[in-house]
Amino acid sequence: MSKSISNRAASLTRRDVVAGGAGLTFAFAFGGPMTGRPDAALAATDTAAKVIGGWVTIGTDNSITIAAPIAEMGQGANTSLPMIVAEELDADWSKVKPFVPPAVPGLYGNPQFRGIVYVVASRTTDGYWDKARVHGAQARRVLMQAAADKWGVALSELATEPSVVVHKPSNRRMSYGEIAQFATVPAEMPKVELAELKQPSEYRIIGNKAVKRFDIPAKTNGSAKYGIDVQVDGMLYATLLRSPLEGGEPEHVDAAALLKIPGVTQTIALTDAVAVVGTSVEAVFKARDALKVKWKGGATAGYDSEKSLGDYVKRARNLGEKGLSYRNAGDTGQAFAKAAKVVTADLTTDYVYHAQMEPMNVTAQVNAAGDGADIWIGTQGQTPVAGAAAGFLKTKPQNIKVHQQFLGGGFGRRAATDLPVYGLAIAKRVGKPVKLLWTREQDVQAAWMRPQTAHHLEAALDDQGNLMGWRHRIVGEAVTGYVQAARLEAAKGLDPLTLEGAEHLYAVDNLSVEYLREIHGTPLAAWRAIGSGPNKFAIESFIDEIARAQNMDPVAFRLKLLAKHPRGQKIVETVAKMANWGAKPAPDRALGFAYADIWRTPVAGAAEVSLDRNTGVIRVHRFWNAVNPGIVVNPDIVVQQSESNVVWGISQALKERVTIKDGAVQQSNFHDYQVLRMSEVPEIFTEIVNTNHHPTGIGEIVLPVVAPAVANAVYALTGKRLRHMPFTPERVKEALKA
Amino acid sequence: MATIGFTVNNKAVSVNAEADTPLLWVVREHLKLTGTKFGCGTGLCGACTVHVDGKAVRSCQTQVSQVSGKKVVTIEGLSPGGEHPLQRAWIAEQVPQCGYCQSGQIMQAAELLEKVKKPTREQIVAHMDGNICRCGTYPRIVRAIERAALEA
Repeated sequence: MSKSISNRAASLTRRDVVAGGAGLTFAFAFGGPMTGRPDAALAATDTAAKVIGGWVTIGTDNSITIAAPIAEMGQGANTSLPMIVAEELDADWSKVKPFVPPAVPGLYGNPQFRGIVYVVASRTTDGYWDKARVHGAQARRVLMQAAADKWGVALSELATEPSVVVHKPSNRRMSYGEIAQFATVPAEMPKVELAELKQPSEYRIIGNKAVKRFDIPAKTNGSAKYGIDVQVDGMLYATLLRSPLEGGEPEHVDAAALLKIPGVTQTIALTDAVAVVGTSVEAVFKARDALKVKWKGGATAGYDSEKSLGDYVKRARNLGEKGLSYRNAGDTGQAFAKAAKVVTADLTTDYVYHAQMEPMNVTAQVNAAGDGADIWIGTQGQTPVAGAAAGFLKTKPQNIKVHQQFLGGGFGRRAATDLPVYGLAIAKRVGKPVKLLWTREQDVQAAWMRPQTAHHLEAALDDQGNLMGWRHRIVGEAVTGYVQAARLEAAKGLDPLTLEGAEHLYAVDNLSVEYLREIHGTPLAAWRAIGSGPNKFAIESFIDEIARAQNMDPVAFRLKLLAKHPRGQKIVETVAKMANWGAKPAPDRALGFAYADIWRTPVAGAAEVSLDRNTGVIRVHRFWNAVNPGIVVNPDIVVQQSESNVVWGISQALKERVTIKDGAVQQSNFHDYQVLRMSEVPEIFTEIVNTNHHPTGIGEIVLPVVAPAVANAVYALTGKRLRHMPFTPERVKEALKA
Repeated sequence: MATIGFTVNNKAVSVNAEADTPLLWVVREHLKLTGTKFGCGTGLCGACTVHVDGKAVRSCQTQVSQVSGKKVVTIEGLSPGGEHPLQRAWIAEQVPQCGYCQSGQIMQAAELLEKVKKPTREQIVAHMDGNICRCGTYPRIVRAIERAALEA
């Protein structure tokens, strides 16, 4: 067995890993359309099957396969997108199967992301709505035209029933499968106007409660394949040890102890990590524990997050330092000068980690010429992965084949492209396919976090208690500063990710929202609900505080502020009714309320809590929530995602925090980065309000209302505000003493 | 390197591995039964749960030498066609989201139903609390176990 301790791979730099993710700027140019059939499996057995427009394939046995280009990470996209296509195709749903097409930008991309294949920010149904319907309608039109030609009748005399073209005047019928036997697919798809599509009242697949997710059976019997499950002939295994400080470089690698571990073949010093390569996972994991590396430098050197957060608060409160203006209306200074009453509050949130159950991994193989690669991965962004890989190998994205797998949780972490670049760097060096797998400890300690934040809020009220002025100053690092520097520059320094959700629909004429950026060199990423987690915690806690300051009911106060937004009002009223708001709560329990409207989906939530005053442990007993995501494609998926958001939201509110000391993440596994467990979950009640609007997102919509609803309930119970998330027992006890 | 023999899903197997290799990696990578998942490597999350002689264990905390001569069952072998009452209930209740933890959840729940035919909600929660589901499918897991108990 050869063992070598190599010099560091000069070819990989932090820039490769991070800026390689420049795919996220959507700036790549892509080549021509896909060639060949999208559904090779069907093609092998049914040579007459018709691929219509790249999204729909009709088999002569009446089978229908529909493209599902978006990553399946539990949000149901492999089912919901085909449902939209199938509706306009007028398909017999029992005949439909999804297929994951090659990630051809344009054809399979999200129009809201400039046509790249990528999923973040709950944009799949929202972004693909028109495109998926039109693809379905075009395929239907092609089938109808073929039938019209065959029968020698006018297209206008034809109609469809599920998977059947019907000519009523002559009482003739042909199934889609029969048509596939003779139809020719035109080079150019027929034009279908949006106005020609079905009305919601005509839907029989969209909104159908009986439609089950395609991916679930495989997830109950072990057959679902995730990135971590990939096995390629001749592959080696690798794991990484990264510097405890972000971007620290290996100065000296002591691998002597590793040589004794059977199965270890090689270590490779990369710019900001040392890779251990071997013939088994057990060998490389054991070797990683034995590896001794002296590190040099690192962008987070000396950083102490807890100490720093105190400085954030001072900065947020110091109105003398002007921030970048994110939202500005009226004359805020004047409103505060004339105020009869001013309410202020300071709130803070800690760093959080995705804690996706599948540790980060990739399997990569570089071709002999070094100008192409295969990448097996579960990723939120096939296009960015191909772009980052092409950038690293200095080749074209078309030369990168991304083999998409299921994702064992995405939540924003799997939108990044660091793993594929590490994987390629190692695979290139060893000349064999490599499965790179992180330990959970590496996954935590190299977390790409949601940054900690401080919020200073002020409200100006007139003598009638009307909200006249609003000031919100947000201090925190810029997520795009780490993942998409060009986007931060384009936004003139106003980090779109940290600031997301700082806007709101409440009526206030004079408003100022400002951003003050911090720079600490920490790795950052979008985290489920992005900036709306911290921002809605701050805003909705504060709204409650303003209402209480003038003895107003917090629900009535929100309804008043939403007077011009009937969808918002309706959601608030719905949840107030569900939770029996205003009734006397059970002994030792109290209710709290919150509202949000991120990405055009109004949502409200109410929490019922109790508190053990000795231990400081908050218990959420019941949580009511309602959403209005417009037209609902799959009602049970909306309920699933709402439940998921409530659980995640309580986890965020009560438990989750990363701290950084001397530049290093202090947590390492689920014992010190705790997430919610079954015994801590409340009863969850979800309602959907459907107003036939253009459909919007659901995957991370409910989350932002959960923490403030819990904090507001604790206030109702104790008269004490919880202003630092998470509400750990120590913090709760501290607040009770205040 | 040692040669260790045991049965997996009723098939006799013999693997060459270091004696201290976690059963998890033997099952997943040596035997290619990838339904058993790696989550934490420290017994904190339950994603790697398998049965050894009928008892649910964390395969990441079980050395392969410890199962010599024993009966190992993974999610792939829980039932012939994925028809265990729990698996049917998991589909009926549409439990999995990302799905990554669900093999471990089902294996953990199967042990409970072997011991307690009609568990109370408290018994379910106590038995399942060591298994993390980051997607938060806990309410549906409880419902699915209750459904399986009724139908079994």
